[in-house]
Amino acid sequence: MHDKTIAQISAGLAAGEFSSEELTRALLERVEQFNPQLNAFITITAESALAQARAADRRRQQGEAVPLTGIPIAHKDIFCTDGVRTSCGSRMLDRFIAPYNATVVEKLNAAGTVMLGKTNMDEFAMGSSNETSFYGPVRNPWDLNAVPGGSSGGSAAAVAARLTPGATGTDTGGSIRQPAALCGITGLKPTYGRVSRWGMIAYASSLDQGGPMARTAEDCALLLGAMAGFDPRDSTCVDRAVPDYVAALNQPLAGLKIGLPKEYFGEGLDGQVAQAVEAAIAEYRKLGAEPVEISLPNSQLAIPAYYVVAPAECSSNLARFDGVRYGHRCENPKDLLDLYTRSRGEGFGAEVTRRILVGTFALSAGYYDAYYLKAQQIRRLISDDFRRAFEQVDVIMGPTSPTAAFNLGEKADDPITMYLSDIYTIAVNLAGLPGLSLPVGFAGQRPAGLQLIGNYFAEDRLLSVAHRYQQVTDWHERAPVGF
Amino acid sequence: MKWETVIGLEIHAQLATKSKIFSGASTGYGAEPNTQACAIDLGMPGVLPVLNQEVVRMAAMFGLAIGAEIARRSVFARKNYFYPDLPKGYQISQYELPIVQKGQTIIDLEDGSSKVVGITRAHLEEDAGKSLHEDFQGFSGIDLNRAGTPLLEIVSEPDLRSAKEAVAYMKKLHQLVVYLGICDGNMQEGSFRCDANVSVRPKGDPKFGTRAEIKNLNSFRFVERAIEFEIERQIDLIESGGKVVQETRLYDPDKGETRSMRGKEEANDYRYFPDPDLLPLVLDEAFINAARTELPELPDTKKQRFMEQYELSGYDASVLTVSRDLAGYYEATVAALGGEAKLCANWVMGDFSAFLNKDNRDIADSPVDSVRLAGLLRRIEDRTISGKIAKEVFEAMWAGEGDADAIIEKRSLRQITDTSAIEQVIDDVMAGNPDQLAQYRAGKDKLFGFFVGQVMKLSKGKANPQQVNELLMEKLKG
Repeated sequence: MHDKTIAQISAGLAAGEFSSEELTRALLERVEQFNPQLNAFITITAESALAQARAADRRRQQGEAVPLTGIPIAHKDIFCTDGVRTSCGSRMLDRFIAPYNATVVEKLNAAGTVMLGKTNMDEFAMGSSNETSFYGPVRNPWDLNAVPGGSSGGSAAAVAARLTPGATGTDTGGSIRQPAALCGITGLKPTYGRVSRWGMIAYASSLDQGGPMARTAEDCALLLGAMAGFDPRDSTCVDRAVPDYVAALNQPLAGLKIGLPKEYFGEGLDGQVAQAVEAAIAEYRKLGAEPVEISLPNSQLAIPAYYVVAPAECSSNLARFDGVRYGHRCENPKDLLDLYTRSRGEGFGAEVTRRILVGTFALSAGYYDAYYLKAQQIRRLISDDFRRAFEQVDVIMGPTSPTAAFNLGEKADDPITMYLSDIYTIAVNLAGLPGLSLPVGFAGQRPAGLQLIGNYFAEDRLLSVAHRYQQVTDWHERAPVGF
Repeated sequence: MKWETVIGLEIHAQLATKSKIFSGASTGYGAEPNTQACAIDLGMPGVLPVLNQEVVRMAAMFGLAIGAEIARRSVFARKNYFYPDLPKGYQISQYELPIVQKGQTIIDLEDGSSKVVGITRAHLEEDAGKSLHEDFQGFSGIDLNRAGTPLLEIVSEPDLRSAKEAVAYMKKLHQLVVYLGICDGNMQEGSFRCDANVSVRPKGDPKFGTRAEIKNLNSFRFVERAIEFEIERQIDLIESGGKVVQETRLYDPDKGETRSMRGKEEANDYRYFPDPDLLPLVLDEAFINAARTELPELPDTKKQRFMEQYELSGYDASVLTVSRDLAGYYEATVAALGGEAKLCANWVMGDFSAFLNKDNRDIADSPVDSVRLAGLLRRIEDRTISGKIAKEVFEAMWAGEGDADAIIEKRSLRQITDTSAIEQVIDDVMAGNPDQLAQYRAGKDKLFGFFVGQVMKLSKGKANPQQVNELLMEKLKG
């Protein structure tokens, strides 16, 4: 039962083959069994999950079920959940319980999903390996010595290990797509503004976007349909109708123009990952698509621009964690400055501290123009690169990450090398475009991901392009040994 | 040496919205601490601001009223600093691109001249909460009810040259925002307050001196006193060889002096940057035109009209247009009476305003409405009662005894205009005061007033004074 996709579970529930309660129990047992190894969950909400499952079963009996009713999922611990701890992977919020639900949680609750728990993540979503979490690293189910990627590493590992058929994630510079690639699952970062950010703890507000993570594009389509949509509580959320992503899955591939940015296939790309990606592109050619080489000339500026904009915004966004109203407060502060410095010093880990410092510096008088303003100009150049590309092609393809999963501890002490693992994903956030990662093979024992980048609000296209591939291949069906 | 003072004011006007600038919480004043602060005002994790459209309309109206440019695109920015009553660690304000740019207003000076004061900009921002340092031994309390209250910060050019000019300017803007209905103007509650930037320079020097900023002045009197103290302090300092330092100062009304806040404030770098949670504020012509149609007649225009339409002096017109309510009351009285604009002006500015002040009432809950006041004035005009008796009737009306006619009837206050009746009274007075009569007739003209007084007294004030004069004059001759 745990090996089923969301679409299969939905059909099974509808056919009465099993109940949501039975399924939820089975998955909770798996979580109990495997979480000690994987550390994918920070909080397990068994009791409320069973209550939600029973409520979903009743709803089904009353004939009011929708496709997601009774489907167990997990939420990245960055989404606020009413009455359940939301830690954001940080000591700062170790005991924080929000009195409200994030819009994404609210919408998925309304669709009848069952929350199994809250998944582990890099602290405040800052990291690419899940090693910055206060709750310890998550292990990659394909190889327990490998990282799952980050920051949505807990969600990716939980889906890959069949502890949950789907999960939510957030993506600021690749935090859905890179762990999806490293764990061999499918993950979508929607267009900026497609999914509400209300109740999603901010890292870099102009880049953050929530999205679905599951085994297949079809499952992501099901989840995104429930997550997306206008929310008057988020001023950056776009008021635009949500298409039926599932209905759009079978759009034909014939004549699809695929852009292959030459900058994404150069130095630093692992040979086996490159092979897997090239094989996938060859498959697309067989299916009638037309790959062409394109150029995104400002690609090399994406990482430097990102590491100015994101820290700048985070330095301001994380100022609210001051020990005054909620969150970690140091013992016996002797004065206000001591309260601030010790509460924050104790509450935040090294990577978060590093980014706050970098961002504070970048926004300081005398440096603002040289860093923040310059980075914003680069953002426009990068967006222009994509705009020109989408005048020629429908979809852009390339590797999601330059390598497969690396070993735990391998890059933990070298921030620059770690930052490079998001080299292909970051530009997409800077431009606000949708991007999707799907599994297309292996580098050794570890999965390799293909990234699809679409034009604004072309989530339906990305999902259908991924879905058509998944109908003729089985990479997405491969399960890690032992799970 | 002769010194010249240079003053610029930053006025904070609290916009009179029901809810906060970025949340749905109430802006009501005086509630229990922290009962009017929602998750957004508290800066909880994951919450987001949504702009209250009402504040945009209000800011646009203000901009139009001062002949300013309304920015078609303005940007909210974050002003970053740590303070316990600033929940997010930043204040959302407008920095490089404010909504209102380049306006002006004209103030009237005491010598009868007037002066144009430039208004550099007006921008929208959120207020912070309050730190309460009393009542908590060894601790500070934080009340976040005020956090997120909408403010319009109005920044003047350094055009003001004295404390009196600064007060005239502040009063002018106070009148304007209340006229526009965008601020309740309540200074005790902090709805209208200002920071004053004050510097001095040798007269004729084109360069500005170093300025000190006096924070949070919440009464016209404090503004005047604080600035006057500060001017004197700076001149004394320079003349005794010292130098003014750029700093923030606080005014202590009890001691009547300004004091440095140094030590409390470090050199602040606010690290302003555009707030990524809010889109740039874009206004189209339709919005601005709609705001324009909502503008009421403004004080200057109204005053001019009163002078022309009602043939009032500049002084009367200024007093009557000090507020929209008073001007409206005046105009309604004139309309109900069908003329006699000057008589109406005297009564509205005189007894009516005096009674309002005495009872500390607003016009809206005045016991004497404009129709009733006109009813009283009509009886003066048709000589049913004298002006003096009218004051008594007005007092009775204020006390709720009914309209003028009813009171005149009930208290038999109708003026005596019947010549024979007045003559009868005069005869009685003459008969009762033979000595004075003899003296008068012997040439002591001054006693005429005595006889008028006696006649009025005997008639209980009801005899028509003009007739009394004429008839007495004749009869006393003998």
